Amino acid sequence: MELLENKTGKKLLLGNEAITRGALEAGVDVATTYPGTPSSEIADAFSMIARDATSKNKDPGFYFEYSTNEKVALEVAAAASLCGLRSLTCMKHVGLNVASDAFMTYLYIGCKGGHIIVSADDPGCHSSQNEQDNRYFAIFAGAPMLEPATPQEAKEMTRVGFDISEELSSPILLRTTTRLNHIRGPVEINKFKEPKRKGYFEKNPMLVTTPAVARVRHSELLNMLKKAEVLSEKSPFNFILNIGKPEHWGIVTSGVSFNYVKEIVEDLGLNVRILKLGMTYPLPRAMCENFIKSCKNIVVVEELEPILEDQFKAIAFDIGSNVKIFGKSTGHFSRLYEYNLDIVADAFSKIFNVKNPFNKPADSKIKLPSRPPVLCPGCPHRATYFAAKKAKPKDVVYPTDIGCYTLGRYKPLEMADLLLCMGSNAGMACGLAVATDQKIISFMGDSTFFHAAIPAIIDAAHHNHDLVITILDNRTTAMTGHQPHPGTDFDGMGRKAKRILVEDVVKGCGIDHVEVVDPNKIKETTEAFKRALEFKGPAVIVSKSPCILLENRNKTKRGEDIFIYEIDQEKCKKCKICISQFGCPSFYYGKDGAIYIDAQQCNGCGNCASICPFGAISPKEAMK
Amino acid sequence: MNKKTNIVLTGVGGQGVITAANILGKAAVKAGLNVYVSEIHGMAQRGGTVDCTVRIGAVSGALVANGTADVILSTEPIETLRYIKYSNKNTKIITDITPVIPFTVSAGIEEYPELDKIFEELKNYGSLYKIDAVKIAKESGSILTKNTVMLGALAGIDVLPFKPEILLETILENIPDKYKEMNKKAFEGGLKATRKH
Repeated sequence: MELLENKTGKKLLLGNEAITRGALEAGVDVATTYPGTPSSEIADAFSMIARDATSKNKDPGFYFEYSTNEKVALEVAAAASLCGLRSLTCMKHVGLNVASDAFMTYLYIGCKGGHIIVSADDPGCHSSQNEQDNRYFAIFAGAPMLEPATPQEAKEMTRVGFDISEELSSPILLRTTTRLNHIRGPVEINKFKEPKRKGYFEKNPMLVTTPAVARVRHSELLNMLKKAEVLSEKSPFNFILNIGKPEHWGIVTSGVSFNYVKEIVEDLGLNVRILKLGMTYPLPRAMCENFIKSCKNIVVVEELEPILEDQFKAIAFDIGSNVKIFGKSTGHFSRLYEYNLDIVADAFSKIFNVKNPFNKPADSKIKLPSRPPVLCPGCPHRATYFAAKKAKPKDVVYPTDIGCYTLGRYKPLEMADLLLCMGSNAGMACGLAVATDQKIISFMGDSTFFHAAIPAIIDAAHHNHDLVITILDNRTTAMTGHQPHPGTDFDGMGRKAKRILVEDVVKGCGIDHVEVVDPNKIKETTEAFKRALEFKGPAVIVSKSPCILLENRNKTKRGEDIFIYEIDQEKCKKCKICISQFGCPSFYYGKDGAIYIDAQQCNGCGNCASICPFGAISPKEAMK
Repeated sequence: MNKKTNIVLTGVGGQGVITAANILGKAAVKAGLNVYVSEIHGMAQRGGTVDCTVRIGAVSGALVANGTADVILSTEPIETLRYIKYSNKNTKIITDITPVIPFTVSAGIEEYPELDKIFEELKNYGSLYKIDAVKIAKESGSILTKNTVMLGALAGIDVLPFKPEILLETILENIPDKYKEMNKKAFEGGLKATRKH
């Protein structure tokens, strides 16, 4: 694997892999995460390297863990940094909300060994519940911030970021977006730096943030930001690029927006100077002032919130400049979604009064069927959903959570009614139990349970809320790429780990009615849901069955057969339960109107055979 | 304007579209060219629609603008049409002819248009190359070489700014020895299929 090669040269790396590479080249000692798209591959790369080393009885050169949640991940790495080790913590943007309690005060006490905190933002909500702009977190907490535009820059900013972090004794926020995390580009790689491996914790009363310490620390934080501004002025990540023969027009941009700006400016043949900001907090104020003075008009191009735009207006005001600033406030750019070449070209054509180089996009009149993501054929979640619905088909509210099971929202299941964030199913189930007499069955995955739902389950037990909470225990963090979690018997380093049983934790939380079911036994699972609904008070169902993708992979490894299923057309009475109620995507209507199973898609779970009232479905042949 | 090659790869999650895009990117690096590849992960993987882009040459980002694709390479007919916004009259459209029926259709909620109608429609947006990748892959030794057939088909239309041999070499470097021979055949099968057009 190219990421592992301790040598120099040019490689095609994913933005996320480039971040991991940069950390290895900086001699990172401790890396922590909770997986979340679009950040996951940063940590997965660490895990792959560590597992490979573990399997060979070698030391990977660093410690890595998939932590229980982002807050724990940040705390683990912060402590390592305070022992003098270089640390990295990565998470998706909403993960920083979870870690924010630690993050806000961490900036007060600062770090010792360099610490990079990666926030992977998701403009356009490709795989997220919101598109919050985490650059505000840098300003909010007072964290110096770097924003890469390309995988090459991501690697360099990570590598150099550790030095900046140590110089300032402050953790650094490396703020990325989906189109950085998930683009591949050429990266110049260098050799790895030897890590320290062990540090030493030197006691210091200023690390205990009592009010008296906090007041002193806040003032020190502001002083650190002044030093950071000096670094920002000198940083090679902030630079001016002159295109054509610039006179009065300037463009200010950061992150991936720079890529679109540069290309469109070149295509349109504009004469502009571009201020490309890579260290965007604190801004290099003198550099920005001089840039403003050199322009009569400035266009600010940044995805999501007008953070640079507002700061440039404030600086222009302070220096008494009459510069005209174009951006979101003039209506040329949106605060919504991610940008691309078309959006930038459209805005520039209006601002610079030139012809948009792109034609109106072709559009076909043929209506295409939609292709939403679905629960995989054989997914045990589908069986749990089906069984729960059978227990009480109507007047049930289904709070859901973050994971594959959110896909239960779609037809024919339609069993996802309410979702905020990780763990919210259980907390909102409690509120619903207070506020309505409707029945409540909530759903979450096992990784989500450990991550954020335990306090809400204790709330349900303590207040005796009348509800049913379901934990879909498929023994993996499936949606983000099958990472281990506290319920698996191995960890991110590939070492044996203590498996924490969901049902034991739930009982420890004070829940008296706990049932463990195998969802593939659909009738029994339905009975368990009925008992849980009848129980007055909080009931928890732990539905245990491994993710079918992992299960089949393991079966193949063990040399076991996977049997795919077929429908006996003579026995089929076309009651459609399999297709219109169970909704396995491997079922389809043939041209003759009969129902068939697509052998290419069937994963052989066999649940369709158990729900068919006419015994028309049975295993056909071993395959795959 | 400096030379840019814009390739859009589309298909269904699980068909190997991301892998194919990655291989094209690696081939471009091997050829000493600048390249950016975009992918979408997470939610998009669970059988949903997928589009990846590969841009080679004087480009500074990975996303392809509307109407600027030199090629749309698709592993599924309606997923070709879904991304037709990337096309212009000069776009070369290579599509596998085998449909993957979305669940919305198999459950009777929506309809899959007639295949012939899709192909007729596609002809309005560029030059169309229909590839029976399943057939060529089976002839080459395994249906699993389908994506190699499609990459061969791409190499056959003379849009890539490097030789087909570099792409084939990159494909072969990324698979185990025992599958090399069938993939070589698959690549050549795909290449012939577009060359003879």
